[in-house]
Amino acid sequence: MAEATEIQAQEEPAAALKKDAAFISFLRSEGERIELLLRTLRRLGHTPKRARLVYEQMFLSGIQTLHVVLLVGLFIGMIVSLQTGIELAKLGQQDQIGTIVAISMAREMGPFITGTILTATVGSAIAAELGTMSVSNELDALKVMSIDRLSLLVLPRLVGLALIAPLLTLVCDTVGIIGGAFVAQAQLNVGYEMYMTSAIDALRPTGFLLNLPKDLYAGLIKAVVFGGMIATVACNEGLKTTGGALGVGRSTRSAVRDSIIGIIVLNYFMTWFMYQA
Amino acid sequence: MTTQATETGPVIRFTDVCKRFGEKVVLDGFSMELSRGKTLSIMGPSGVGKSVTLKHAIGLLTADSGSVEVFGRDISEATSAELAEMRKRMGYVFQEGALINWLSVGENVALPLRENTDLGEDEIRTLVEERLRLVHIPDAWDLMPSEISGGMKKRVGIARALITDPELILYDEPNAGLDPEIARSINALIRELQEGLGVSSLVVEHRIDCIKTVSDEVLFLDGGKALVQADPEEFFHSNHPRLARFFGKESA
Repeated sequence: MAEATEIQAQEEPAAALKKDAAFISFLRSEGERIELLLRTLRRLGHTPKRARLVYEQMFLSGIQTLHVVLLVGLFIGMIVSLQTGIELAKLGQQDQIGTIVAISMAREMGPFITGTILTATVGSAIAAELGTMSVSNELDALKVMSIDRLSLLVLPRLVGLALIAPLLTLVCDTVGIIGGAFVAQAQLNVGYEMYMTSAIDALRPTGFLLNLPKDLYAGLIKAVVFGGMIATVACNEGLKTTGGALGVGRSTRSAVRDSIIGIIVLNYFMTWFMYQA
Repeated sequence: MTTQATETGPVIRFTDVCKRFGEKVVLDGFSMELSRGKTLSIMGPSGVGKSVTLKHAIGLLTADSGSVEVFGRDISEATSAELAEMRKRMGYVFQEGALINWLSVGENVALPLRENTDLGEDEIRTLVEERLRLVHIPDAWDLMPSEISGGMKKRVGIARALITDPELILYDEPNAGLDPEIARSINALIRELQEGLGVSSLVVEHRIDCIKTVSDEVLFLDGGKALVQADPEEFFHSNHPRLARFFGKESA
């Protein structure tokens, strides 16, 4: 009994130290990402010089993800329409399905789904590309040639993703609302016209930010932030890769995991800021 | 005043440099000098710290203690801007080429000029074509790194290192993976750069034929220290027991 107590007494400080180390490592990692973001933003003036790379990043990201965004967006809209429609039908409120689908897609589902798809396809590819460059000495080669790696590698990816994310979100919102309309008409007996009228009414212009509906621009702002965050996390993980192929795998995994967590956490805080604060 | 004095001194000077990675001591009081316009080759067993020495010279690694001076300036005291300026006067040939995989051969060689100079595209193209001819791959401009052999990657790496007309070139095993004919032409090129343009070179190499061709001096690195530094003639006839063991000349 006394021995067990002694062992427990020895293990407790060790466990506490382990927790402290993990917390410090988490803070260091987030600090590195914020530093990378700030250092890259200081180079925003280089964007015209990197226009071709930014365009390539946008094009590749768009091509890689468009079909997935179309498919997932369509089905998400159909699911939201079906789930809410069943409940609304019990209350005789089916005419509100369009409102709910439009607001859900524009505020939350569009940016969230697009961010997740970009993380899985583009974020992972960025981490793997830069990670491979790191383990094959290409990053060192840029360093010894005095070439600004942030301007050449990080800036185009950051700007490219921050620009393509809202465009893809817009596509996702649109196909989601259309998907919702199919289900409303086919399974819930809500006419296309009624559905669309309620959807368009829900997204009323606000006279602010190009006269866009608040729910739409709030979603697009989220998408810009998600795009920038995904690029920052992926670039940071890629740039610090060591340890050959295993290291590239580790970096890719960390980039995807941390970006998805980042999307969820940032989503909450941005929603709170834009709708409650 | 100081700059003038140091610019005429050795191009590279290592003084009592120590470097450890975890428990492993790689450099342990390592000292050496590379004189201006000369070629110094570093030889030694695998894993002894030859490439680590090159990485210290270009500031990719920092010494735990001791000093590394390049162009008369202590690398550890240089700001990042100063280091970037120093690196523009240097070329580095990586063992595997380290070509940027999403750029073609021509774009790889042109990269330092596009990024660090205001030269026009026509001028850059002329210079790149000239360097590609120099390393015997004149038609390789449009090929991607994934489409070329290891030896060709090495030659592209050399062309890229030469594109800015550096005063100092660091070669990490320039003959590795090359057939004897290309290796001879690369060795002749290193020699030509030194004799014709006065480029100083620090070469890490295992192949004796390369070392004999390119070197003014040879250094044997072992146990973290420079055991022997001499001209090739003296070096290859040295009676140092460690060298004899390395070359398999030890008497029974």
